[in-house]
Amino acid sequence: MKRAQSQVSKLPPTTAQTTSGEIAFLLRELVAHLRQNRTQLREEWARRITEARLLTAMTKEEVFAEATSVYDNYVEALETGTFEALQSYSRNLSERIIPRGVQTDEVVGIVLLLRDVLARSLFARYHADFDKLNRILDAYEPAANRIAITVAVGFVQERERTIREQQEAIRELSTPVLQVRERLLILPIIGVIDPQRARQLTEQLLHGIRTNRARVVVIDITGVAAMDSNVANHLVLTVEASRLLGATVIVTGLSPEIAQTLVNIGVDLTKMNTVGDLQGGIEEAERLLGYKVVPAAKTEQQT
Amino acid sequence: MPAKRRKRGDGKGVAEREFAPSGEELRIPILSAEDILSARLKGRALAHRLGLTGSNQTIVATAISELARNILQYARRGEVLVGIVESNGRTGISVVARDDGPGIPNVDRALQIGFSTSGSLGMGLPGVRRLMDSFRIESRTGKGTTVMVRKWK
Amino acid sequence: MEVPILKQGPYLIASVQSALTDADLLQLRDALIDKVGRFRSLGVIVDVTALDVMDSFASRMLRDITHMIRLRGADTVIVGIQPEVAFAMVQLGLTLEGVATALDLEEGLAFLDKKLGKNAGRPGLLTG
Repeated sequence: MKRAQSQVSKLPPTTAQTTSGEIAFLLRELVAHLRQNRTQLREEWARRITEARLLTAMTKEEVFAEATSVYDNYVEALETGTFEALQSYSRNLSERIIPRGVQTDEVVGIVLLLRDVLARSLFARYHADFDKLNRILDAYEPAANRIAITVAVGFVQERERTIREQQEAIRELSTPVLQVRERLLILPIIGVIDPQRARQLTEQLLHGIRTNRARVVVIDITGVAAMDSNVANHLVLTVEASRLLGATVIVTGLSPEIAQTLVNIGVDLTKMNTVGDLQGGIEEAERLLGYKVVPAAKTEQQT
Repeated sequence: MPAKRRKRGDGKGVAEREFAPSGEELRIPILSAEDILSARLKGRALAHRLGLTGSNQTIVATAISELARNILQYARRGEVLVGIVESNGRTGISVVARDDGPGIPNVDRALQIGFSTSGSLGMGLPGVRRLMDSFRIESRTGKGTTVMVRKWK
Repeated sequence: MEVPILKQGPYLIASVQSALTDADLLQLRDALIDKVGRFRSLGVIVDVTALDVMDSFASRMLRDITHMIRLRGADTVIVGIQPEVAFAMVQLGLTLEGVATALDLEEGLAFLDKKLGKNAGRPGLLTG
């Protein structure tokens, strides 16, 4: 299976009929032909794109402008046999058109249309010399397929990157760190926590501790049904990291199941500051912060 | 006792064929304690240039620091190679720490003992593995150790 | 690079300016032990705001500093660990157990004041 590689690589090896020297010669001839007929072929291609109702999210001018760039990159890839420039162009193009709502099938479609347009122009030019036509197609086809794959894969990878970023942004929005009183932060966690979300929560919390100069943090996990050992371990790390920033962490809403998970991974629950529910946790936090009058001898220290 | 070759690796969900960096690479010889600092500053700079988050830059620098420290402590000398890698459209930092030291007799055990279990003893390998996205180690008794780790952008 | 150590009343404040080599950390430890003895300081604050990375050696040094200064009757608090550094540290398994930590210089001073029973002029955890 051929995949677009990030390393520089050359065109596939020759067929039995045509030597590599001939292939190189034919490709040069092909490239010359494509350059000579650049204007007509581009226009033909742009017309066919519109006819096939592709890239409808873009205006005719935009389609023609992009068609020009793709065409030139295409021809250059054929000429040099290297695909780096085409790859980076296709990622760049994808970056621009994905927000416009262009779909994968459209991108694959237009590249295949270009391949067809160019193939037909080869037929038109060499129809009198069948043998020559065959040999030039021998040279053209593998390269054209390679190009189509490079562009399509570049587009898909860019889409995946965009989706990852969007997911990250959504996660960030959905995990608020709340400052309810001076020096006190609350982090209510609801739902499923996967490793990425856990990491994000911790980063937000630590930055929140610093920004708000929090001395006590209440992490409420009432809304968390279950936690695997990795996420449970992550919770412990979060508590430890918060302490390094001078904040005491109180965990509230610990279900018996999650308590068991913590014990299973070796956590000494007597060392972790836990309170049954969020309200109780806030009261404990206020007590630690000195909001209520407490005999000095009984108060906890920070270490 | 015959030299034993032990390998342990986990791709941690990233499909990779090899650990050779595809872009530029920095080679930092580790011969003295000052080189530890040099290695991690250069590693951080490269991570910064690649656009990793501040958090990930610190993670890369921390991992480099520990790996370089292990080289000095257990092998006296070695080198750290920091480079850029690409795979499946993602880019990241690759760190290879290698030495020709005595090698690790029991790699499995080394991978279990972390700083929290042993105080300050041990090589911190579980910690480095936790920090990075992928981790691979090859160690042959008498023939040296190579640790290969990656952090994706 | 030598870490500057300032005397502020009964306390010493050491401010790390940049990334430290192992030798710098050893030098810091020795300098603090020496100065605590000379000035009979009651507390030490080590401000690591500018520290790029906390690895196993730095962590061990801070624990050593804390223990040795306690032997001379003084308390130590480490301040200014950056969120990213804290996160990386704990993943590596370095928790600075037994070492007091606070967010920044102000919090560090408040901590020492409270520990040493001084309330004058500084709001502590108890007085709010």
